[in-house]
Amino acid sequence: MKDFIIPAPMFSDRDMGTPASKSKTQVTLEIDGFEVTVPEGTSIMRAAAELGITVPKLCATDSIDAFGSCRLCLVEIEGRNGTPASCTTPVAPGIRVKTQTGKLKQLRKGVMELYISDHPLDCLTCGANGDCELQDMAGAVGLRDVRYEAEANHFLAKNTSGEANIDWLPKDDSNPYFSYDPSKCIVCNRCVRACEEVQGTFALTIEGRGFESRIHAGVKDDSFLASDCVSCGACVQACPTATLIEKSVLEIGTPDKSVVTTCAYCGVGCQFKAEMRGDELVRMVPYKHGKANRGHSCVKGRFAYGYASHKDRILNPMIRDSINDPWQEVSWTEAMDFAASRMKAIQEKYGRQSVGVITSSRCTNEETYLVQKLTRAVFQNNNTDTCARVCHSPTGYGLGQTFGTSAGTQDFDSVEAADVILVIGANPHSGHPVFASRMKKRLRKGAKLIVVDPRRTESVEGPHYRAKHHLALKPGTNVAVVTALAHVIVTEGLYNEEFIRTRCDWDEFQDYMEFVADPRHSPEAIEMLTGVPAAEVRGAARLYATGGNAAIYYGLGVTEHSQGSTTVIGIANLAMLTGNIGRPGVGVNPLRGQNNVQGSCDMGSFPHELPGYRHVKNPEVRAIYETLWDVKIDPEPGLRIPNMLDAAVEGTFKGLYCQGEDILQSDPDTHHVASGLAAMECVIVHDLFLNETANYAHVFFPGSSFLEKDGTFTNAERRINMVRKVMAPKQGYADWEITQMFANRMLEDQGRAKWGYTHPAQIMEEIAMTTPSFAGVSYEKIETMGSVQWPVNDKAPEGTPLVHVDGFVRGKGKFIRTEYVATDEKTGPKFPLLLTTGRILSQYNVGAQTRRTDNTAWHPEDLLEIHPHDAENRGIRNGDWVRLASRAGVTSLRADITDKVSPGVVYTTFHHPDTQANVITTDFSDWATNCPEYKVTAVQVSPSNGPSDWQEEYNAQATLSRRILPAAE
Amino acid sequence: MQTDGINPKISRMANQIAMFMESKPEAEGIEGLSSHINDFWEPRMRRQFFQLIDAGGEGLRPLVIKASEKIRRPDPA
Repeated sequence: MKDFIIPAPMFSDRDMGTPASKSKTQVTLEIDGFEVTVPEGTSIMRAAAELGITVPKLCATDSIDAFGSCRLCLVEIEGRNGTPASCTTPVAPGIRVKTQTGKLKQLRKGVMELYISDHPLDCLTCGANGDCELQDMAGAVGLRDVRYEAEANHFLAKNTSGEANIDWLPKDDSNPYFSYDPSKCIVCNRCVRACEEVQGTFALTIEGRGFESRIHAGVKDDSFLASDCVSCGACVQACPTATLIEKSVLEIGTPDKSVVTTCAYCGVGCQFKAEMRGDELVRMVPYKHGKANRGHSCVKGRFAYGYASHKDRILNPMIRDSINDPWQEVSWTEAMDFAASRMKAIQEKYGRQSVGVITSSRCTNEETYLVQKLTRAVFQNNNTDTCARVCHSPTGYGLGQTFGTSAGTQDFDSVEAADVILVIGANPHSGHPVFASRMKKRLRKGAKLIVVDPRRTESVEGPHYRAKHHLALKPGTNVAVVTALAHVIVTEGLYNEEFIRTRCDWDEFQDYMEFVADPRHSPEAIEMLTGVPAAEVRGAARLYATGGNAAIYYGLGVTEHSQGSTTVIGIANLAMLTGNIGRPGVGVNPLRGQNNVQGSCDMGSFPHELPGYRHVKNPEVRAIYETLWDVKIDPEPGLRIPNMLDAAVEGTFKGLYCQGEDILQSDPDTHHVASGLAAMECVIVHDLFLNETANYAHVFFPGSSFLEKDGTFTNAERRINMVRKVMAPKQGYADWEITQMFANRMLEDQGRAKWGYTHPAQIMEEIAMTTPSFAGVSYEKIETMGSVQWPVNDKAPEGTPLVHVDGFVRGKGKFIRTEYVATDEKTGPKFPLLLTTGRILSQYNVGAQTRRTDNTAWHPEDLLEIHPHDAENRGIRNGDWVRLASRAGVTSLRADITDKVSPGVVYTTFHHPDTQANVITTDFSDWATNCPEYKVTAVQVSPSNGPSDWQEEYNAQATLSRRILPAAE
Repeated sequence: MQTDGINPKISRMANQIAMFMESKPEAEGIEGLSSHINDFWEPRMRRQFFQLIDAGGEGLRPLVIKASEKIRRPDPA
């Protein structure tokens, strides 16, 4: 594919051959008579590329270090002997390089002739035809003839006598997304190096030597699928031939243009080139100028986009009178009339506060903004919430209280400068894989790792990294452990007094010091409670405080607890105590779950806050919107998701517009969620699929995928990335248009002026106009800069990669006491084990997207991890069906016996509705934010012979509820 | 005063906030607790909260009772 890219790139997308040097010293040299100045350490190949001179190459590519094996990129240097490889030879001041001489031309042609002599010349029918570097190089060196006959070769299955060729290997098609054809391999080693250097999995190797050299995934007899390969796609991207190639390219052909857009999976926010042929998506290729991912990807963003064209997608609006009826397909107008009249009737009968919305963390900022505007300006209440309620709301509260802003402090590049990385309650390997690869790269260079997690996750140890300290605490004891870390830092005098004196409130620190120094917070005092050896806690605290730049990365294992907000405060205290704030390599970084969780919080999705985290009680903030929207903004906070469900059960909350969120599957205590939904009179679900929540819905608005609309997502770095429409919405409208249609239908009834947005850029203009931290954001700026990190305003017109650099947003950093309070969710004779939940690499959230892709090859069902000791006591064998029961409910799933979990702890994922881990989780929640306590549930596990009655009833109800009548003629 | 039909979570949640605020000096704790409920609890929740208070506040931690004077009483439904 010869690059036609939208938008026209500011930086060339060209392969520069070797990675950029970060040296500040500049070196000037001459290449082919032209002078060029580059940073010291740059390769001659890259320096030539800067001049627009492409030295022929095969084994070099700019995502991995130079290797010098293909012998094609030779150059001559005046005064030096021989013909060195330009990829491995660094520039030197004043040298004169020639890239094209008679000698070089002859050498290169000879090398290419040898390569081609062992390559099948089936170019016309080859999947990489037109996108093959071997083909390009044969052209570049002017190869016109191959003198050698391939007697011994790797590419013919049989020789001319029909005998099998023992050097020929069949294709490995085991990976659902890419194919490995050994007969086309030139053993350039790029795939092996990409797997090691970029991804950090070390799944690939070169087996054998010389003519016997073959690329192999895993150990002997492993296929790609059976090996450790995580299907990130880095090898496929690195491969210069058709040896490793996307199956979609084999099926469709090469793309003809690419559009830069942003992944709709996790909060890392990787940028991709959506490579298209017509309006068909051929493949997603990670964009090397994406500032979050720097050209890397994971199995989800790279390959798992097939859900967007899955047969389960609903493409017509649907309505029904009762949830026991089948769905009736209707026109958009009929759907809007039905929904608007129901909502209107509910508000007339039960009051203005009887309806609300849930905004989606998967939709764009612009769409989220409109949904909260719908409730504030059209329903005229503050009943808006978002799924951040059930994941990172304690982050907003905790960091807001201590630092003054509800977001992470760094960009992802910062990890490259970290010396100590403290990961708490997160498993980036599975949840945030592209960040994990960047972190592992840093660990391989010597940074030290501390992990606080009840499980021995993949992030604790892996190829060439192992946590120096793994604090395998008992679920629910985070606050005790974090406070003990602070205890050690304070009592051993390891705190940074200068930082605290200049940047924090000294009196508050004194108070905090008195609290934390109390011997009851010592590692020894809490050892029995947390199960973490005191020496480990002391070692970890010393390392964090004294090991150089120390960065904290944390996830839902911190927030989803009764004391989630307290732990976030404790984490902020640790960073302030040690001065690890305000420069590269340090900071406090929440790893956000969904693609736009940060954005949905920023956009005013919370019931107490208008966009930009401004409380609805402030009249001057309300005035901004009251003037603009010509409506009175309610000064009282609205209902949060759990409160909405409580109010529904009590009978005062009757109508819900839920966009791109499956609360029945994702929220805790499924029975309670179901009764809440069942008690409502109008539930509008706006989604791609008939999700679990839709079983209780009366109106279904079919949604559009991220490929079908323009907008922006904001990732965990506060980075606003562009989402670009690469194809028309399959159901006719982008989601923002649907919300607008619905709002306008209601406004019409109210006799008020309608909304008139014709492009999401206008919505962003309104956001910038009304929200100080977004004041300088515009589509134009994002287009020019590629992305921008808020706050963007007069003080920081180009955005803010690091916050709290010279002072905290709130002024002085605030130390707050963090008293440990045990959760009420306690084990006992009836429920003796603690269940904790999490996710797996190949699946995402409730699985609505990933279950509808070939990612199920890796994870077809949720399993219950249980320690061999607990399994043996119960007579459970690996793979057995087990019954998992808590005080909230019962479900069944298969057991996976492993010592990743400690005795007394069991673990499962929540990706599949058939198991519904949330039937088990309870209604306990964080004290400050009502974020549910997903991570601690007292359970019992016993042998079972299959799905529970509940699961069978649920499936029967779901099947009935999903019936669709054909549209009336 | 009738307390039937009040969501039992109301008293649980108020007590949870109190347990965090109890580690602060009392005045600060009272301020913290009352402003937290004022800022985050929708009037329906505060209405139920005051039903509990008006019925004597049984089961509520002392700090909750003390802070209740500073909590905004919503209009009757």
